[in-house]
Amino acid sequence: MTTTKSLIKNNTFYDSLTLMRISKNASELKEIIQAVTVMGSEINKRMLDDVGLLTDNIKHATTNDVIISVSGKTNSAVESALEAIEKMLVDVNPPRITESVPRTIEAALERLPDANLALISVPGPFAKLEAEKALKRGLNVMLFSDGVSIADELELKKEAEKKDLLMMGPGCGTAIINGIGLGFANVVQKGQVGIVGAAGTGIQQVTTLIHQKGYGISNAIGTGGRDLSNDIGGIMMHKGIKILENDNDTKVIVLISKPPDPKIERTILEKSYTKPVIFCFIGGEAPEPSRTINAPIIVTVHTLEEAAIAAIALVKKEKWSKIIFSRPMEEVMRIAEREWLKLNPQQKYVRGLYSGGTLCSESFIILSRLLVNVYSNVTRSKFELKDVRNSQKHTCLDMGEEEFTAGRAHPMIDPLLRQQRIVSEAKDQECAVILLDIVLGYGSHIDPAGELVNSIRDAKALCEKEGRYLSIVASVTGTDKDPQGLKNQMDKLISIGVVLMESNAQAARMAALIATRGSTMQNLERS
Amino acid sequence: MHVINIGLELFAETLANQNVNVLHVEWKPPAGGDNKMMELLSKLEEL
Repeated sequence: MTTTKSLIKNNTFYDSLTLMRISKNASELKEIIQAVTVMGSEINKRMLDDVGLLTDNIKHATTNDVIISVSGKTNSAVESALEAIEKMLVDVNPPRITESVPRTIEAALERLPDANLALISVPGPFAKLEAEKALKRGLNVMLFSDGVSIADELELKKEAEKKDLLMMGPGCGTAIINGIGLGFANVVQKGQVGIVGAAGTGIQQVTTLIHQKGYGISNAIGTGGRDLSNDIGGIMMHKGIKILENDNDTKVIVLISKPPDPKIERTILEKSYTKPVIFCFIGGEAPEPSRTINAPIIVTVHTLEEAAIAAIALVKKEKWSKIIFSRPMEEVMRIAEREWLKLNPQQKYVRGLYSGGTLCSESFIILSRLLVNVYSNVTRSKFELKDVRNSQKHTCLDMGEEEFTAGRAHPMIDPLLRQQRIVSEAKDQECAVILLDIVLGYGSHIDPAGELVNSIRDAKALCEKEGRYLSIVASVTGTDKDPQGLKNQMDKLISIGVVLMESNAQAARMAALIATRGSTMQNLERS
Repeated sequence: MHVINIGLELFAETLANQNVNVLHVEWKPPAGGDNKMMELLSKLEEL
């Protein structure tokens, strides 16, 4: 007999990570089935509804309220858990002497007058104000928060431009400045490749692949995902390029972005560069021969992996060539066949579930070249996935998009929504392959592979019970030096039958091969 | 690099792990999360 009780704490704020930790601790209490503490956003209320925790008394909660909802085996266990959670919330904010902890940026600057960067990750509605304060006081800014309007972003970036400051973001998750990782960043060695990226996990994939091959990064500057839109005009991309051109440590420049607006792409392509430059505009067209591009060497690549390979080749002053797979084609086809022979005839679709936006975009482009009818929430074309809660045919889902993250921590920190989605995709009899990214490094969950393994196991078991097989294909973005340990993470996934590929691009190609029973092999060259 | 971190304490922790001089701000929504008040504060900031 299950008892469910909930309560609201009005006008109370805790960051999503703190709430996630409290939820986890409370779930482990005696006789408790589920315990969730979240801000009262629409997404969280939907999630609570999905797991049967949205009781009537909390339906009116807003984003300014904390919801506590617990289900357990007995009434007394649930009451104890609610009490324990309220205590945990108080413990997070113990009474402190006001002077000892800064509560505003102004107070912080009195304690740290040498501060030169503000790293801001407050909820979207408050982000612009905090960034404004920082810029006004002469600080460079990295703005992790999204949910900031385009008009506000433009205002912030113009202000930064006037003061010759960096305004990385909004929606900037990754930067590496002088060897220091900011936000979600991997531990990579220092070297000669400089990057400017409007693409957080794009920067992560390129930097980790470069490190894995024995080379290193000078600086990686993030601009936020909308920098190369018509409205923003590439302000920070241009500034980042200028910084790398003047940086003695940088010998090769890599520019990474999801497809830029054509007018802005032209302004980037038509600059004068004094160092070799690689354009990695995922989904963009190769520059036309008639355009004037002024640089010692120009390379255009279409995948993040190619950007890493080309960058190393330029550092070594060697030629480079495109790869489809790291392993011989015979071996790849053997692995793919082993997977597709276990599928039922009606299983035909790939469902990509991504924590990294750029990785999702890259896979969407590759799958669109290899398969027909690929939908996504990263595109505004006719293949835009209208209802993100329901996959359609082949689907590539960016679960870090705003529709999944309001009032929640990003999926690279909190795996819950992705774990639930893996199981719900497995219930679809037409789903053949689930395609995943696992991203390591600072800021990411301490054991992303471990968290996914349980859901993958549940998903495969569910399919087996219904007489079908579920193929899981993935890639791990990380290095041997990351806190999670690359080998440890890979071993966990391989041990439960995940097909692990060397890069995000290769994982997407493998997923397409399995789903088409090998028939898309002839199209691989153009993926 | 000397960093002021405002928001997720996680990011301050990862910087501290890299021996960066970082100060974490215990941020709470100003004006109790009131949007109208927020806009006013933003305008004040512009002056």
